[in-house]
Amino acid sequence: MNMLQENNWLLSVGTFLPMFGVVVLMLMPKAQDQAVKNVALITSIATLAVGIYTAFKFDFDQAEKLQFVADAQWISVIKSSYLIGVDGISLPLYLLSMIITLLVVIYSLDHVPNPGKPKAFFALLLVLQTGMAGTFIAQDLILFFVFFELVLLPMFFLIGVWGGEQRQYASIKFFLYTMFGSALMLVAFLALFFKTGAESFSIPYLIENGGSIAKNVQIWIFAGMFVGFAVKVPMFPFHTWLPDAHTQAPTQGSVILAAILLKLGTYGFVRIALPVLPDAAREWAPYIGGLAVIGIIYGALGCLAQTDMKRLIAFSSVAHMGFVMLGISTLTSFGVNAAMFGMVAHGLITGMLFFIAGSVKERYHTLEISKLGGMLTTMPRLGWIFGFCAMASLGLPGLAGFWGEFPAILSAYNPAEGLNQTVFRVFMVIAALGTVLAAGYLLWMFQRIAFGTAKDSSSHGHSSSDELHDVTTFEWIAWTPLLLGILVLGILPNLLFSVLDPAVQATLSVFGG
Amino acid sequence: MNLFAKESEVLAPLATGWFLEHAWLIPVVPAIAFALIILIGKRLPMKGSELGVLSMVASLVLSAGAAYQWIQRVNSAAEEQFVTPVIKSWSWWQSGGLDFGIGQHIDGLSIVVLFVVAFISTLVQIYSLEYLRGDRRYTHFFAALTLFSGGMLAMVLADNMILFLLGWEIMGLCSFLLIGHWWEEDANSRAALKAFFTVRVGDIGLLVGISMLYFSANEWTQENLGVSGFSIRGISAWALSGEPNSTVIMIAAIALFIASIGKSGQFPLHTWLPDAMAGPTPVSSLLHSSTMVVAGVFLVARLYPVFFVGLDILGSGGNLIMIIGGITIVISAALAFVQNDIKRVLAYSTVSQLGYMMLGLGAGAWLPAVFHIFTHAFFKACLFLGAGSISHSASHHSFDMKRDMGGLRKVMPITFATWIISTLALCGVFPFSGFFSKDEIIDNVGNNGYNTFMIIGLLGAFMTAAYMTRATYLTFFGEPRGASAGHATHDAHDAHATHDAHAINDLHGPHESGLLITVPLMILSVLALGSGFLNATPFGESWERMKLWVEPRAIEVVVDAPSGGPGESLIVNLPSAEESHSKSVCGSATPETGVCYAPQLQHAKFKWSKAMISMAIVFLGIAISWIMSLLLFTKRDPRLVGLTQRVKVLGLGHNFLVKKYYLDHLYEKVIVHSVAHPISRAAYWFNQNILDGILHGFAKSTRTISDWVYKNVDQRVVDSTVNNSATFTKSVGTAAQPTQSGKVSQYGALLFSAAAIAALVLVIINT
Repeated sequence: MNMLQENNWLLSVGTFLPMFGVVVLMLMPKAQDQAVKNVALITSIATLAVGIYTAFKFDFDQAEKLQFVADAQWISVIKSSYLIGVDGISLPLYLLSMIITLLVVIYSLDHVPNPGKPKAFFALLLVLQTGMAGTFIAQDLILFFVFFELVLLPMFFLIGVWGGEQRQYASIKFFLYTMFGSALMLVAFLALFFKTGAESFSIPYLIENGGSIAKNVQIWIFAGMFVGFAVKVPMFPFHTWLPDAHTQAPTQGSVILAAILLKLGTYGFVRIALPVLPDAAREWAPYIGGLAVIGIIYGALGCLAQTDMKRLIAFSSVAHMGFVMLGISTLTSFGVNAAMFGMVAHGLITGMLFFIAGSVKERYHTLEISKLGGMLTTMPRLGWIFGFCAMASLGLPGLAGFWGEFPAILSAYNPAEGLNQTVFRVFMVIAALGTVLAAGYLLWMFQRIAFGTAKDSSSHGHSSSDELHDVTTFEWIAWTPLLLGILVLGILPNLLFSVLDPAVQATLSVFGG
Repeated sequence: MNLFAKESEVLAPLATGWFLEHAWLIPVVPAIAFALIILIGKRLPMKGSELGVLSMVASLVLSAGAAYQWIQRVNSAAEEQFVTPVIKSWSWWQSGGLDFGIGQHIDGLSIVVLFVVAFISTLVQIYSLEYLRGDRRYTHFFAALTLFSGGMLAMVLADNMILFLLGWEIMGLCSFLLIGHWWEEDANSRAALKAFFTVRVGDIGLLVGISMLYFSANEWTQENLGVSGFSIRGISAWALSGEPNSTVIMIAAIALFIASIGKSGQFPLHTWLPDAMAGPTPVSSLLHSSTMVVAGVFLVARLYPVFFVGLDILGSGGNLIMIIGGITIVISAALAFVQNDIKRVLAYSTVSQLGYMMLGLGAGAWLPAVFHIFTHAFFKACLFLGAGSISHSASHHSFDMKRDMGGLRKVMPITFATWIISTLALCGVFPFSGFFSKDEIIDNVGNNGYNTFMIIGLLGAFMTAAYMTRATYLTFFGEPRGASAGHATHDAHDAHATHDAHAINDLHGPHESGLLITVPLMILSVLALGSGFLNATPFGESWERMKLWVEPRAIEVVVDAPSGGPGESLIVNLPSAEESHSKSVCGSATPETGVCYAPQLQHAKFKWSKAMISMAIVFLGIAISWIMSLLLFTKRDPRLVGLTQRVKVLGLGHNFLVKKYYLDHLYEKVIVHSVAHPISRAAYWFNQNILDGILHGFAKSTRTISDWVYKNVDQRVVDSTVNNSATFTKSVGTAAQPTQSGKVSQYGALLFSAAAIAALVLVIINT
């Protein structure tokens, strides 16, 4: 694979700039909350600016090639190098992570969750950003692993310190569950390394040589990666950490978790597991597809059983990521495109839904659906934004969610050569059934929260009519880009598909067609 | 393939024009208006309603222009020439080698429906200016109404199934918003949810059907026509090419038909339609006449070749479409007899009439079915708006015929006259418009050899006449009751629309509505009377304009090498077809030299004798119903009053109807309830107790083991320094996690030992 190396400083700057902000934050005295916020804001704006400049410099005509590639010596003992680069698959996610972080920082200016400590809070957000961006640019397995793990720590603390009542349990469950997956993943990486002649951890190298590994060995290595990534996605039955983590995390944590962290898993499948181990992928695909559709139905049923708004949204992630995994399991470029689009769309939509849940919690001091009601009368703007996002989430055509969902269903009709068509067509029908359930739980939630008349304010404790104020300025600033993104990608899906498509086709060329 | 190139020069080029080429603007205008109403509507002098009305007028002008130019196009064609649709297509997005287009497909069918939709929408919006005056969400209402029409218009002129799906779903969304317009009340928001959800169940079929058609047809369409497998034109030609696998196309047709069942309220998914009456009356009127419910019928008419081949239309015996249509006609007509709500009578009547359209399509009577879409739109819109007019001005927002209406013919002469005209049209009385369409359907069903279904059609006509007579009697004749008699009832159906402007009106008692309401009624009633003459089969061939303009000609078309790229209209060369016009092969055999876009269908020869029979049946229905109503409601004849209580069988039957065949019970109480409650709870229980339980259980046992190891190995073997540090670590851990102290070590022990074992396995196996 040939790579473009111009401007190869850009990615490193974009990735590590937040760390610079962290250093500045650490040097500042604790008391200066406003200054802390300013530094965090400026850092994330600067990071996004670098990101946008990267996109500007990105050669979209050659989106299938790795660009801005930097290859430096790193840990030469184990032949791991600092190899970074982006192509059409990583660029959208790389940018998305920067955008989400900036919006979360903006939102946090006004909403630092209890128990305060803005300095630590913002520092962790910025560390998180470095980890996420790094995962998307790493082209070396060890480097990938390091960034992948780097993400865990700040999120662990965000949940464990700023979370809800059950935060300890949730954060530890999250941490250990993911670590467990990572351990297997690391073993798989090492096995891969030795099986390809212990030459290099570079992903492009492994893609060239991975196919030569015997099939039964591939299947085992794939199993290790599968668990590592599946926990992160999360796929049924490895998802039980997710509802707890989401429910307990502060709003900001939930947003980042839903918008970016879950994508690390699916990204890992597309970037590493499929192209490096194609034979194993073919063997595993029906099982992945099966778990994906189980996840779609199971997640939807889980949603219907919830009485807590945030937990419901968390379960809906299980269902939505099921569509993404279904697209990936078809091993067709069409399906993987759908999956990639679904990842971005889910990031925007579910991220937005968690923002709303956070604002609801702040105003009503509860997320019990039965205690909410009549939001459209008390806070019409918030109510309509909520309705918009619910519609986007259930896959209404013309909004972003649809272009991840429908093509994923479509792709299952015709999976890659060598996969059992009948099985995948059954998956297709089950997934289509999932869209009905999605409509069911989302509209049911919307109906109960937004329609009807406002519940007596005394029944939910402390909230007075002042607190039930409509969307604030900070919220508008933080939300508008997401809402616009949902709309624009819905109307002009080609904006994203045209970037993804060449890279996905190049990645999946090994599967033919 | 260019065998007929020479002859094709002989053919006159088809006329076209600005309106035809720019028909895609028709849905774009309402879409823009929708955005503007949302953004600036509230600040405008008429709160955004002017934008809605103007955009619909603009769409109407554009559709009328397109219709005019389409007629010119047809006239410019030779008699045996296929009138090529005006297709424009742009690339919307590409992914994985698939190209998703966006564009217009203008042919007779889309022209008819575009015009009807734009026309009815315009009148409904004008009517709503008065009907919803002062409503608390006036601007929202017009925004949603405009987008609703825009969605339907986009769907109608879609050139491919993706755009079709887009319009289809946008309508679903808007119906949700409009039915639930007064969402403060639980019943309304439930009805909205039910409508969206039921239609969504059917949509599974649409998703599956589109996918199947795409992957089956794409290769063929790319090769022969240079269009994708989403293209409606491509799918139509493919279906008739003799290429498709009969099982695949059958399943695809069934899947698509399931979507139609959901959208068009066919049995057994019809239950959402009557509940959709919870929305404001103009919405019911629009939803039931030209948008939304017609979409399902339109889908069948649009992709007719797929259904024709897939379900073996014109084959012996019945097919799925006919059976569903036939069942729907009868069961919904029966339900209309036990309704007290005037809008619900009309709702079931719509369901029943949609059944006629389906029956016609299923029986190969394509044109009569499409013509019935056309005529039905006018008289049904008129009836609904009439019902709205009564509730607005006479019955104090009530729709209860038995309680709040009666004797209104004197106080509301215009509403009464338009109602009677539309009712006669609905019943299919000559020369009202329904006669020319409905009777044609029944006639053609019989002519194509389906005698059983013809009898069902006639039975339906009898029932239609009877229940409409009952409703008319209850509303306009007899003594005024309840609100119509001047007694205010504040717990009425639509009472939440009450506001100051109404309060003043109400002081005056029942009266005729204002001009903004009556003028649309009058216009619609004129069309309910006159629109049938556009295809008046009794008067001979020259009167069959609709057939000439709308029915696609089943003529083989020779196609050049694929031409036309993005933004270009596709050019198809046509044979003069000296030989082929004698006997079309389309639909009955594989076309040899070209492609077909429409199957060859038969038309029944009109006979007055047959028409007289059905007319007699209609009049019999009216007469019997009239006498019964008179006896039951005015004379209170003791033989009839309370009959259902006295005769057990009748009582059971009545109850069965009142309970709507227990279908709602089945759906809501059994299916939805079980999914929403026991099943989802079971899944969640599984999640919390089994999946997490396994995790916790493993953690516990690992901890027991580690405790044992700690006590027996660590304590005794390892020296005290390590021991101390371990205790220290543990105490720190305990301090940090006071509540969950056990879980930490449990998890750690479990996960890492599991990972270590798995790692070991991997390494052993791989070496």
